[in-house]
Amino acid sequence: MKLKPADLLAFAVLLAGALMMVAPFVWMISTSLKPAAEQFDMRLIPATPTPENYSRIFELMPFHLLLWNSVKIAAISTFGQLLTCSMAAFVFATVRFPGRNLLFVILLITLMIPAQITSIPQFIIFKALGLYGTQAPLYLPSFMGGAFGTFLMRQYFQTIPMELAEAARIDGASLIRIFFTIYLPLSKPALAAFAIFAFLFSWNDLFSALIYLPSDLEQTTLTVGLALFQTQYAAQWPLMMSAALVSVAPMILVFILAQRHFVSGVAASGLK
Amino acid sequence: MNGLRPLGREKLWVLVLLAPTLLGLLLGTFGAIFSTLGLSVFDWDLLTKPEFVGLQNYAELPESRLFGKALWNTVTFSALYVPLVMAASFCVALLLNRGVRGEKLFRVLYFLPVVSSPTAVGLLWIWIYSEDNGVLNAMLGMLGVEPVKWLGAKMVLWSVVIANTWGAIGEGMIIFLAGLQAIPREHYEVARLDGATTWQRLFYVTLPAMAPSLFFQAVLATIHAFQAFDYIYILTRTGNGNSSFPTLVFSIYREGFRFFRMGDAAAQAVVLTLIILGFTWVYFRMQRRWGTT
Repeated sequence: MKLKPADLLAFAVLLAGALMMVAPFVWMISTSLKPAAEQFDMRLIPATPTPENYSRIFELMPFHLLLWNSVKIAAISTFGQLLTCSMAAFVFATVRFPGRNLLFVILLITLMIPAQITSIPQFIIFKALGLYGTQAPLYLPSFMGGAFGTFLMRQYFQTIPMELAEAARIDGASLIRIFFTIYLPLSKPALAAFAIFAFLFSWNDLFSALIYLPSDLEQTTLTVGLALFQTQYAAQWPLMMSAALVSVAPMILVFILAQRHFVSGVAASGLK
Repeated sequence: MNGLRPLGREKLWVLVLLAPTLLGLLLGTFGAIFSTLGLSVFDWDLLTKPEFVGLQNYAELPESRLFGKALWNTVTFSALYVPLVMAASFCVALLLNRGVRGEKLFRVLYFLPVVSSPTAVGLLWIWIYSEDNGVLNAMLGMLGVEPVKWLGAKMVLWSVVIANTWGAIGEGMIIFLAGLQAIPREHYEVARLDGATTWQRLFYVTLPAMAPSLFFQAVLATIHAFQAFDYIYILTRTGNGNSSFPTLVFSIYREGFRFFRMGDAAAQAVVLTLIILGFTWVYFRMQRRWGTT
């Protein structure tokens, strides 16, 4: 293929954009490895690189607890979303019942409703139940399904031939059995894609964590911890960048390892 | 309508499988909307008895300087953010769709900000924008430009728009790319045989085919814009727990969850929801008129 000037220009523009996307992360890593005295040294490669900041931040704030809390909450939320969304998606994809399409449309419309309008009564209910200040309000809502996951899983379930379910039914299998032994095992790629999204969503959530666990470092998440860390160690950039990387690095790692799933998930969500 | 027809006991299983979703819709969404509407006509601090005040919470909104500022900030933010993020992600998708070398790597790089916690990356943006020793001012300094107060009153709007856009380009890019790759190659071949230029192909083949995707993304970007919170919270909060760039969501957060003025927060949440639904409705009307060419 002959290289045209237009292709070169396209490549150059993309490269410049990609640099802007990546530069902040590179700068973050570079700064996190600099001793405090070097923080305003604009060199990319630190003159005397040191991992010291990473151990310092664990002494200044219980980051091991914050990490564990975030992992725990995100894991429970992900389980709840996978289970309840695929349950509903299975029904929408395979069972014929009156009002099915209407119910699905209503579910999709909820995508347009901002979380803030539901967060106020939710807060009052969780407070009345004595769950304010615990982690439960951060994962319990994940066990009530959701439009995004149900849509994503339904799309995938619809590609599974109905004959499989029909044959199993003739052999006497119940709907629940068909769901657990046929549909879920055949849908591992879709489940993986959705799991990544659900985990990421919970891991990066700031608003709910700020509402329910604004300051308890034993209970709260990494995002709230980072926000508090910033107010306490403002302008100590090597420390702040180390703390930020502790939060960003696991997700970037997961993303790079599983980027095929990511891309198919986002694309599916956009193709309505 | 295809599908299995549930028989006897199976009807019960259908209900069980749907139960979490139905509960979520009834309690989580519609119940919550009605409760918020109800709350908005009361004054309630969660400690004393709720006091019925009618539409007073709404009537006070136009007079409240904080609310006015939050509404103005949210609207100007959205007016800049939505076109910017749409244009940027569409351009990136168009360029990637030419089949450039390293397309896969580019996709990964542009998507990195989307998976990164805005709270964490926000800490870096504070430093980039910081007036003394900030990364941006240091770079401009080398060119002899005076330090700029990027998070000061004059520039803060642009600064938060840029940070939010940076964090969202990758998402739009993936959705647009999927749409672009679904356009049949033959359409371009036919246009080429008819002697269409690159620009004519863009305007008469690509854009019409992408109209549904563009509309949908515009709806999503608008919803995101009106709900933008994380970057703005981290970048603009002040020592006393306020924000130098309060948005509607921040205002709801402050009234409801810091000062426990549930009625005021509910009224603001209702206004925010009405704005979002209003825009969504306008988009769908526009799509009906122009989208089906």
